[in-house]
Amino acid sequence: MSLFTSRRSALPGFNLSLGYTVFYLSLIVLVPLSAVFLKTAGMTWESFTQAVASPRVIASYKITFGASFLAALINMVFGLLLAWVLVRYPFPGRKVIDALVDLPFALPTAVAGIALTAIYSKNGWIGQFLEPLGIHVAFTELGVLMALTFIGLPFVVRTLQPVIEELQPEIEEASASLGANRWQTITRVILPELYPALLTGFALSFARALGEYGSVVFISGNMPMRTEIVPLLIITKLEQYDYRGATAIAAVMLVASFLLLLVINLLQKWSRRYHRV
Amino acid sequence: MSIIATGITKTFGRYKALNDVDLVVPSGKLVALLGPSGSGKTTLLRIIAGLEHADEGSGKIEFHGQDVSRVPAGERGVGFVFQHYALFRHMTVADNIAFGLRVRPRTQRPSETKIADRVGELLKLVQLDGLDRRFPSQLSGGQRQRVALARALAVEPKVLLLDEPFGALDAKVRKDLRRWLRQFHDEIQLTTIFVTHDQEEALEIADDVVIMNQAKVEQVGTPQEVYDRPTTPFVYQFLGNVNVLRDVAAWSTTGPIHDNGRLAADGLLYVRPHDIAVSRHEPGTLGVPAVFRHVHTAGSQTSLTLELLHTRETVEAEISRTELAELNIKLNDLVLLRLRPSHTFQHDYAI
Repeated sequence: MSLFTSRRSALPGFNLSLGYTVFYLSLIVLVPLSAVFLKTAGMTWESFTQAVASPRVIASYKITFGASFLAALINMVFGLLLAWVLVRYPFPGRKVIDALVDLPFALPTAVAGIALTAIYSKNGWIGQFLEPLGIHVAFTELGVLMALTFIGLPFVVRTLQPVIEELQPEIEEASASLGANRWQTITRVILPELYPALLTGFALSFARALGEYGSVVFISGNMPMRTEIVPLLIITKLEQYDYRGATAIAAVMLVASFLLLLVINLLQKWSRRYHRV
Repeated sequence: MSIIATGITKTFGRYKALNDVDLVVPSGKLVALLGPSGSGKTTLLRIIAGLEHADEGSGKIEFHGQDVSRVPAGERGVGFVFQHYALFRHMTVADNIAFGLRVRPRTQRPSETKIADRVGELLKLVQLDGLDRRFPSQLSGGQRQRVALARALAVEPKVLLLDEPFGALDAKVRKDLRRWLRQFHDEIQLTTIFVTHDQEEALEIADDVVIMNQAKVEQVGTPQEVYDRPTTPFVYQFLGNVNVLRDVAAWSTTGPIHDNGRLAADGLLYVRPHDIAVSRHEPGTLGVPAVFRHVHTAGSQTSLTLELLHTRETVEAEISRTELAELNIKLNDLVLLRLRPSHTFQHDYAI
């Protein structure tokens, strides 16, 4: 009699695989994360609040969460467009573009940061045209957003592609033959089918952006109160041998990220409510 | 509303899906487009619906005498039902059915209470009352197809087009649903075209059958006409089993070879298994000698496999079980085969 009875499946070994799952997850994820909390737990409440709620840290939360959220939003819109085009339209060079999408995955983030900085700085290829218009990208909040958008794009595209591939073209035809115009077909038929995948892509892109460090530190200029992101603050604390301060901020980040992802997952589950059976 | 298609040609790249096809569907009829896959039947249906367009400069589609070739699908007044239902899975059954009404421009859109009434009516019509709050994933295949039908009917189409409507269902449900469709059609009297590759389905419920092959229409007629008097070898072979016999001279002594165009233009004799009579081999009896090789019983009918003595051709003959018992023959016995006169009663002519 086992505690977790499951329906008999063709693949045996449920207990063994569950045990393995728990062990592996503990080793790789839970143990390191709990170390963060243990370390933080050694602090007094006063020093904790001081570490996690000083104006400089609060400012860094704002820029990190704000820019990550915006970047994920931007990626959701343009990633959808990109995935749609890549799946639906055959055109020369499609395979190449499809491969390019993965580049932000593969590129060392520092390289990405340096490249973006070089291009968008005052004398860069693009920066030199933006600068006279009063648009400053490098070493501003816009730069942070840019870097986070760059690294998050593949998540949305890769999540959406298989879902769009599975979308039957017939549902669009059904919609059209029932008299819907294109806009109605997009908003009432296609987008609702894509919401779960869109939310997943958004969550992944958002989560990735929250933890991003390498590319941002180059383009942001790391100005305290303005463009200093949380991961950088953690590193700074570590370099000053303030391990407790670093883990305290890390713990706050961890809880906040976890809650946000949980909410997104619940939203996603709700958007798939029709998908039972 | 009548549908007339004239001179429709459609090519996909180098592949010709339809080659100068004409089709006339009288108002209020239930017409089957029947053919093997790749014969162009679905393409023709989609062109009628406006989901596909005929090649530039080729032919036109008329609804009730009005050229609709350039009218977009949504404005043609057609209800289209897809083989795999194409229901919106994120909407309940009621929302699916109401979709066509809700997307109307504000001025023509019925009020929500009117929409709800209409949805209720349609659910009753397709015998799905009480399932309005379900999602498509919670329905069986047959139920989904009826939801798709109700959704298509909600916009009060003047023409109903069904693309292999029972193709994805299992045998029992298929049979029930197609009989239901026939009754349903008699009730609502809507001009209906349905595509199928199942000859039994077409012959059972259609008023007229249009048989298509290789981008062309082979024959048009009532189910009885096309079954009893096929005009081409293809139709003969496609509608039911047929024996193709080479030795016309030998068979001509045993029965009428001109019945129903049995003797085709290609010089071969096309004979249905049930038009072959089997008798014991007795001296002095007329017939083509054959060896009884195999028997296969399906219900009340038996199907005999016979090998012709002279040409070694294999012939199928269908006789009832009683007949077989009266024959009293064993495997590998010698028997005699004759052509029966065909069973048609009207327009008994030969080509």
